[in-house]
Amino acid sequence: MAALARLLGARRDGPGRPLHWTDIASYAYLAFGVVLMFGPVLWLVFSSFKTQSALLEFPPSLMPMAQVEVTVAGQPNPLPLFRATLPDGSVKELAQIRRVGLVAQMVDPAEPDKTYRVAIDKREPVRKVALATENYTEPLRQFAFLRFLSNSLFVTVVATAITLLINSMAAYGLAVYEFRGKTAATLAVIGTLMIPITIVLVPVYLVVTELGLVNSLWAVILPGAATPTGVFLLRQYMLTLPRDLIEAARMDKASEWQIYWRIVMPLTLPALAVLAIFSIMWRWNEFLWPLAVLTKTEVYTLQIGLAAFQGELQTQWHYLLAMTVVTLAPVALVFVFLQRFITTGIGSTGMK
Amino acid sequence: MRSVTSLITTFALGLAATTALAGPVLAQSVTLRMTWYSDGNEGEVMTDLLKRFQAENKDIAVVLDQVPFKAINENLPVQLASGQGPDIARVTDMGGLARYALDMRPHLKDPAYWEANFGPFLTWMRTAGDTKSIPGFMTQLTVTGPFVNKTLFEQAGVALPGPKATWDDWAKAVKTVADKVQAPYPLALDRSGHRFFALAVSQGAKVFDEKGEPAVIDDGFKRAAQLVYDWHKAGIMSKELWGSVSGTAYRGANDEFKNAQVVMYLSGSWQTAQFAKTVGNAFDWIAVPNPCGAGGCSSMPGGAGLMAFKATKHPEAVAKLMDYLASEKVLGEFYSRTLFVPGHLGIAKKGIEYPGASPEAAAALKVFTASAAEVAPTAYQIQGYGNSRIIFNAVISRLGQAIAGETSLDEAYKRITADVTQQIAERNKQ
Amino acid sequence: MSDGSSRPPGRPSAGTARVPASARWRDRAAGLAGLPVALALRLLDPLMAAVQRLIGAGRMPYVFLFPNFVFFGLFVFLPIGINLVFSVTGGPALFPSERPFVGAEQYAYLFDCGSYLDPSSCREDHFWRGVSNTAVFVLFQVGTMVLVSLLTALVLNRPIRGRGFFRAVYFFPVLLSPVVVALIWKWILQRDGLLNAAITSLGGQKILFFVDPSWAMFWAVFVSVWAHMGFYTLILLAGLQAIPSDLYEAAEMDRTPRWRILWRITLPLLWPNMIVVIVLSLIKGVQTFDEVFVLTGGGPGTATLMVVQYIYETAFANQVQNFGLAAAASVVLGLVLFALTLAQLAATRMKER
Repeated sequence: MAALARLLGARRDGPGRPLHWTDIASYAYLAFGVVLMFGPVLWLVFSSFKTQSALLEFPPSLMPMAQVEVTVAGQPNPLPLFRATLPDGSVKELAQIRRVGLVAQMVDPAEPDKTYRVAIDKREPVRKVALATENYTEPLRQFAFLRFLSNSLFVTVVATAITLLINSMAAYGLAVYEFRGKTAATLAVIGTLMIPITIVLVPVYLVVTELGLVNSLWAVILPGAATPTGVFLLRQYMLTLPRDLIEAARMDKASEWQIYWRIVMPLTLPALAVLAIFSIMWRWNEFLWPLAVLTKTEVYTLQIGLAAFQGELQTQWHYLLAMTVVTLAPVALVFVFLQRFITTGIGSTGMK
Repeated sequence: MRSVTSLITTFALGLAATTALAGPVLAQSVTLRMTWYSDGNEGEVMTDLLKRFQAENKDIAVVLDQVPFKAINENLPVQLASGQGPDIARVTDMGGLARYALDMRPHLKDPAYWEANFGPFLTWMRTAGDTKSIPGFMTQLTVTGPFVNKTLFEQAGVALPGPKATWDDWAKAVKTVADKVQAPYPLALDRSGHRFFALAVSQGAKVFDEKGEPAVIDDGFKRAAQLVYDWHKAGIMSKELWGSVSGTAYRGANDEFKNAQVVMYLSGSWQTAQFAKTVGNAFDWIAVPNPCGAGGCSSMPGGAGLMAFKATKHPEAVAKLMDYLASEKVLGEFYSRTLFVPGHLGIAKKGIEYPGASPEAAAALKVFTASAAEVAPTAYQIQGYGNSRIIFNAVISRLGQAIAGETSLDEAYKRITADVTQQIAERNKQ
Repeated sequence: MSDGSSRPPGRPSAGTARVPASARWRDRAAGLAGLPVALALRLLDPLMAAVQRLIGAGRMPYVFLFPNFVFFGLFVFLPIGINLVFSVTGGPALFPSERPFVGAEQYAYLFDCGSYLDPSSCREDHFWRGVSNTAVFVLFQVGTMVLVSLLTALVLNRPIRGRGFFRAVYFFPVLLSPVVVALIWKWILQRDGLLNAAITSLGGQKILFFVDPSWAMFWAVFVSVWAHMGFYTLILLAGLQAIPSDLYEAAEMDRTPRWRILWRITLPLLWPNMIVVIVLSLIKGVQTFDEVFVLTGGGPGTATLMVVQYIYETAFANQVQNFGLAAAASVVLGLVLFALTLAQLAATRMKER
């Protein structure tokens, strides 16, 4: 029990002390965590470079592999290379000319005149690491990738900017002032905090239609711009700011707007950063709603454009995985550059 | 306060204007939108054909909007209902969307050509009672049918059942093969109500009463359901398809078939192209005629249609485009490059060449074209029925529950009837 | 910002002046999205001053609330109202004016049950299965989430090397979209996936995870915890770091056993953050949809069908898009969520006292 408590204990020991077994347990736990958290994503990236048939293999190989092909004199096309076990027990690398039923007709690339007949369960493909980069190039060639990308960027940046602006204004209003209807407004924010958009999809679609916004990027941007979560988060944060600052500014004849943007906004930066990050991630990944309101290619976002690989009857997995990696890449980049900012930002807002 | 909003509006409009400018500048006078989904290369082929059409018709621009199938099924109906739909779309639920369809007849060059070549399929796109309108044509006719991994049969040393073999014959044969070669899926049947009815009709299911109203549960239906249920119990079918997802979700076994884990896969003609492409030389696969039962050997017809919608502002241009795409030469090229079974009677009668197809694919398409000629009237009636998807969905959702062990078959029958009645009643509330 | 934790948590840094130059470019990059905001703020200054002169400082809060509440009104309150109308009308029509009034019929249909404890006795059994599955899912998900995030936060709070790195590792999945998360795991868990390859290479039998209801639910919970635990860990970590170290020092002096310190000091002082974690994960859990939907498709049978998936499918996936029934179900769900919110408020109030 004491040991367990030590394992879970707060940091009290200074640096330079000898390693206790609980430290080792901690590192083991963390190492396991690295594998568990990063492993699946890496697996996705590796898989996205596999050919359509390699994706279906069992057991799956870690690296993307492809069968080696050799050109044999006297044969018009390159032939797949196998490691075949011959009747006398010797193992030889042979190229397959054709397969009829259970028997493969094979040839030794070194002696093109000599052919062998090998049962198909007596041969194994010879393989080497090969990246199926066509998983990436094919879809990017077929689709207006740059347009999708710029639409996604536009939606993400503009929506986040609007969200930050109007949410922080509302939060400021609710956190700093006393006025009639404040309780009602606060309740309205909190009461809708938990309504997922999925369950009001149809009514929101109706509203957007009536506003004439269908097939415009604004139909994606505007409905989610005023997030209750954002207002709530910022308000909670602003409540902790010292009131004297605001009073002092009023003495200095600053207008209310100036107090808001010159004093309160800079102090709210950590919370704003958290909201910005979540807004960016959410907007970048949004799928169901854009799918409902965007029907024209020129306004597709990345997520919609790349989902076209899911047909009625089959999903083109090799493309789907590759395109998933493509949409993932910017997220990973943002993360690599901003991870410390992100993690401390969330910590310091404390979500009180 | 007004100035604040007006400022915001100006700001917003400014941004909107920038995006509008960035959009493609189209010089043409008419722009048509065609919503399209793809299972294989058909999107590419259609893009080619549209390019050619636009070269010949400088005044009409056509934009192909490629979407995931989910959007066709779930969002397109809402868009059409709100008047925001495209001019033309490739759809599968033709009966369900019939009430939004455009009758192109007054604008077509030669309506008789359409009637002669698309006649039986036009009824699929019409509302009940309508016998005149011409809303579109079939981009693809499909027939259900089984694919067999011949190499597995050879490895197991089991003979292939003959052309008029019954479902039971096949079930026994594939189980023997699978046991010998250790294939995890002796028999796989797409998790789809449509595919289930291929089995049900051949077991004698009638689906409709004398008045033409749905009466889904009858002896033939029960025989088919019992077969599927027993096959799961006996390990002939794996629960991974029918038992692993809920509701109306589709699950196929095409990936498993390509990986030589399925001995017999009941799916349909649309799989041919991708099997030819991905299986390659790994094993021999063939399409075989539909197995038989008490109700015959019929398969289920189906397919996707390209339908024009009446909300369009340019019916003449739509008809012009459709006339072009449906012309024998263009449509023939489309079918032959996509390896689709033709939904054009003239082309089907003449026979169609698939120069891009491998020998296996060509042989399979021949089998499917032959079984298309032997489709039972009941099967056509189901496919042409406007509420067919209600029936398919109820069947697959409830049988799925029974196979997963959540309910009994009898309970499933009761719920299928109740679901169908309730949903049709809901649809008829005006 | 050599180590993020050096800044006292819960207190804002005053502007950018205190941030070391090395970290500034990072802030700038983050501020890129904020740039238009900053510009707008500055541009609006003279205008707002004029507005304030016109209406007086006392009415300014309304100006601040106005834009946000216009959007709320249009895209939250109005849709909720339309949903109420949908729920008392029937038929396939989309526009409320074309839909016939049916009274409480949709609700009656939804609540037509032999026994409320047995979903299969209900006329609309999928809804009730969804409700009970969601309850089970939320229960396990919240429990696991709290335990795993607490353990991870406690470990990360120890003096270990590379703390920033490990913290980042656990947080990374939070940034992935639910669809991607589910896709990755589906790919790993399928019959011929990575996990089964590992199991067979160790001599085991392949397990069909998505055919067994318990496994499917287990993985639904697991994947959900995997995707979101990083966020909750950070909240708890912030709480741990806010606990004054003199408390620990005093306890150390008294030779208090470590488990007592954990039990009597750490956990009680962490309680406010725990409430946040519990409540947030509870709400997120009830709303769960795409993650589980892409992973298990709601199956096997209906074993992982969530109530939000039921609502989505009733409104979209069925051939008759049954907006009325879906709206009725979403009104019921909305009421439950509202009750949960009130419970959260009460809990927060209690905490503040």
